[in-house]
Amino acid sequence: MNKRLSQKIFFTLFRLISLMIVIVLFSILGFIIFNGAKSISWHFLTQMPTDGMTKGGIFPAIVGTLILVLGSMIFAFPVGVAAAIYMNEYVKEGPVKRFMRLMTSNLAGVPSIVFGLFGMALFVNQLHFGDSIIAGSLTLGLLALPVVIRTTEEALKQVDDSFRLASIGLGATKLQTIGKVTLPIAFPNIITGLILSIGRVSGETAPILFTVAAYFLPKLPHSIFDQVMALPYHLYVIATSGTNITESRPIAYGTALVLISIVLICNITASVIRNVLGKRNK
Amino acid sequence: MTPKIETKNLQLYYGAHHALKGIDFSANANTVTALIGPSGCGKSTFLRCFNRMNDLIDGCDVEGQILIDGMNINDRYLNVDELRKKVGMVFQKPNPFPKSIFENVAYGLRINGINEKKILEEKVEKALKQAALWEEVKDNLKKSAMSISGGQQQRLCIARALAVEPSLVLMDEPTSALDPISTSKVEELIYQLKEKYTILIVTHNMQQAARVSDKTAFFYIGEMIEYNDTTEIFTNPKIERTQNYITGRFG
Repeated sequence: MNKRLSQKIFFTLFRLISLMIVIVLFSILGFIIFNGAKSISWHFLTQMPTDGMTKGGIFPAIVGTLILVLGSMIFAFPVGVAAAIYMNEYVKEGPVKRFMRLMTSNLAGVPSIVFGLFGMALFVNQLHFGDSIIAGSLTLGLLALPVVIRTTEEALKQVDDSFRLASIGLGATKLQTIGKVTLPIAFPNIITGLILSIGRVSGETAPILFTVAAYFLPKLPHSIFDQVMALPYHLYVIATSGTNITESRPIAYGTALVLISIVLICNITASVIRNVLGKRNK
Repeated sequence: MTPKIETKNLQLYYGAHHALKGIDFSANANTVTALIGPSGCGKSTFLRCFNRMNDLIDGCDVEGQILIDGMNINDRYLNVDELRKKVGMVFQKPNPFPKSIFENVAYGLRINGINEKKILEEKVEKALKQAALWEEVKDNLKKSAMSISGGQQQRLCIARALAVEPSLVLMDEPTSALDPISTSKVEELIYQLKEKYTILIVTHNMQQAARVSDKTAFFYIGEMIEYNDTTEIFTNPKIERTQNYITGRFG
């Protein structure tokens, strides 16, 4: 009886805690939607900011964020997948592999502001890219790299060895096996990781702070050496150091809503892709 | 007549473990040889010597000669990918790729650079017929290989191995994951395949060894204890340990 009672108490406790996590998420969402929904309009999404960013839209920030996400993935995806292939398919278990894993984990643990400073030192100053899309994309790409590596490695690990053996047994080289069997089977999970890291990258502020983000730039970029506005930085600017913080508050909430929507859409797309493509492999 | 396959004083070590101890073996072309023995006796390891699959295991060291058509394949300068194209392998668990039935059989051809549709279609059909699967799947070649039954999957894996036209086929307990009806279909198939191929089959099933093979080799703790015509092994074994094993007294 006593055991049963303590079981009940603990399960109730666990349930409440789980519920709380859901409540926290919904509170944040609800708060943002409640305050931001009235700012959202076609005009808001497609116009330049005006009147010292207290009026107008956030179009350049949306475009800027999309460009930065794309740019960072163009860099992080091939590099991360290649690194994961090397680590999972080529390196044998041992000190080298353990060391590389540890370094990947450490890279994931580096604070994003440090990435920002590093990106500024290397890309902006040393390589003379200046504050630019390319510098910001590479910095964000570095930040996304450990996520891409780890999710790809997990995806490859889940591919049953019997498929690799079957391919090798038919005389395929290791490279052919990876290209024609292992990667296609792991693909849904790799893409899932990619989309999750897009969600992560699109919300980062610190790495773009010193590398690309413009305070106010009401036009679209012409080349990868131009600066852009970006949603998270724009939000920071109008919430803390804009020309008129009170007046631009609705725009801040609207921006937050757009940003959080992008992240949520990424996460939902990721799980849909995993389900659809995953089923096809069954 | 030179034997199709032969080993001379074959020694195999997994690190410090001496897994195969001086195996002298030979089998003629167009025969089926069954390798029997208790788990861990080295029969699967021996089988994998013929397509150098043991290379994939860290710390595995093979000494002695392994000859296929008189050529020693235990040579570190040998191109193992080329070897594996000539030596087909069927695994314990059916392991078709999550691709269509057609693409599974075509896989070995495609990695050989054959991409012409007509040739692929011809060869896939031929391999599926040889594997006695054609009639069951000919209208569903585009269907996922994962959607057919386990027995059909294993015959598909056999077709996949045959499509590249190997001369030697290695089978590692090919029916251990199958139901009795599928098992008998695969056994019948093995019997027919011997016309064109030389087959080595590892099995835990004594009746299966007796039904499908011409010769049987009994392995025990890394040694080949007895090797003879299957009928001799099962009716008149020369060595007591063999007799104890086939009558089920141990193993």
